[in-house]
Amino acid sequence: MVVPVLILLGVVFVYPTSIFLLRAFTHFNPPQVAGLDNLVWFLGDETNRIILVRTFTVASMCAVLTAIVAFPYAYCMTVIGPRGRTIMLGVLLLSMFLGILLRNFAWVILLQYQGPLNDILDAIGLDRIRFLGTAPAVVMGMMHILFPFMVLPLYSVLNGIDRRLVLAAQSMGATPMRAFRQVYLPLAMPGIIAGALLVFVLALGFFITPALLGSPRQALMSQLMFLQFDLQAAFGRAGAMAIVLLIIAMVFVILSNIVQRRSRAYGDAS
Amino acid sequence: MDEEKPTSLFARRLLVVTVTLTALWLILPLLVIVPISFSGENSFAFPPRTWTLQRYVDLAQPMWIGALINSLVIASLVAVGASFLGTLTSFAITRSTSRLIVIVRALVLAPQVVPIIIVGLGIYLVFLRLDLNGSYVGFVLAHTVLALPFVVIPVAATLQTFDRDLERASASLGAGPIATFIQVTFTIIRPALLSGTFLAFLSSFDELVLALFLQSPSLVTLPVLLYRRMTDTIDPTVAAVATIQLLFVTTCMIIALFLQRRKDSNDQAPAAET
Repeated sequence: MVVPVLILLGVVFVYPTSIFLLRAFTHFNPPQVAGLDNLVWFLGDETNRIILVRTFTVASMCAVLTAIVAFPYAYCMTVIGPRGRTIMLGVLLLSMFLGILLRNFAWVILLQYQGPLNDILDAIGLDRIRFLGTAPAVVMGMMHILFPFMVLPLYSVLNGIDRRLVLAAQSMGATPMRAFRQVYLPLAMPGIIAGALLVFVLALGFFITPALLGSPRQALMSQLMFLQFDLQAAFGRAGAMAIVLLIIAMVFVILSNIVQRRSRAYGDAS
Repeated sequence: MDEEKPTSLFARRLLVVTVTLTALWLILPLLVIVPISFSGENSFAFPPRTWTLQRYVDLAQPMWIGALINSLVIASLVAVGASFLGTLTSFAITRSTSRLIVIVRALVLAPQVVPIIIVGLGIYLVFLRLDLNGSYVGFVLAHTVLALPFVVIPVAATLQTFDRDLERASASLGAGPIATFIQVTFTIIRPALLSGTFLAFLSSFDELVLALFLQSPSLVTLPVLLYRRMTDTIDPTVAAVATIQLLFVTTCMIIALFLQRRKDSNDQAPAAET
């Protein structure tokens, strides 16, 4: 039954990705000539390292900030009535279904120099800010897209938490705040961490959002990879960058799996 | 369950304010697009100083219609292909006893976590050799791979909780394997399959990165055209497309909500699993 799928994945995913990654060891643009030169080029270059760190920073900021914004939303979805939940879900889906490109476009309009956000700053007597082309603008656009990927899994985890445990803690004298912090939050933590890791991994690969809301001077890994591939035809260098990015992504995917498995084991035990 | 009051009044108000702000943050940016679509200037200035309906008239140009048709055709084929292959895979994943099936599962889900640019550049290299760049076949194959998880995740989840005694009961009552599949199994996975198919369609319709590599002058999809009109030129026609899409999505959601309410308010919020 799985043969057609395996053939499709083989031809369109595994084979292409592998030969692209292998270019790192077979395709060289001078001054790189052989062996691990491409990887050495990537890790040895100051600019490249800055871009790698920036990609890592932007992705971490997305993960942490999205988790902070998403937690109250997901929590509220578990305590609100059915009608409220439908509305909250509707809001989420509405923004999701408009697509990545058009949502980025909305942020371009909002954040532009003569845009509404700057008009507000102007009106309250502050200076206009050039948001577009900066890392915060990119993070903002990415968070808007990544939000559902955080909320939906988090909601299903929070929904499974037995809230009577919180009540029990309160009945034994804990303040609501303390009961929340010491009982509810630890139970919610696996969901938060798994969601944040997923968002982080997805954020590592963003290409369109940094291109529209960022600038070449604030380039992320995906853009640099494309630049090497497309303009310089340095397939090997691009391949080396892909290897580095993929390794980072894989480490975090595995971490996320471990967290999820642990929480599942815990859920079974309780 | 909804009766308990673990939070103080202040905390509750804080929660309402935070959630309202978040909802506004999700929705308001989208509404900014609408006035731009009526802008009489060739800029994205907000609010527009002059107004026109010309952007909507411009959409009738063959360039836009052609791109829309390409996107619709590709997305429909992807939806069909992904739902068929995805259902097969879901059965294999949930019913196979082989250990190797873990690898199949990981492989199917992988294209969503591997940075898209890596997949795109790899596909570009291979399709160049196979002469698939700029062809419907190339687009459909590439987008199907990306769309598979949208079908496999919900359908496999449904099959996992599926009580196989139902199939046995059906068989013991004299139904053949095909009748059992259609009348019992398919009926149970249908909601998951439908939403998966819909998401697969949407993922292809919206896909841009692979499309940028696969496109050719003769085969341009809607996202590619939109992207070009946003970056190469400043064309408010983009906002007209966005407004139409927004209107369409909102209408669909209202209809879906209406249908669901009629089907009885059986408060089951679709929980997503990733």
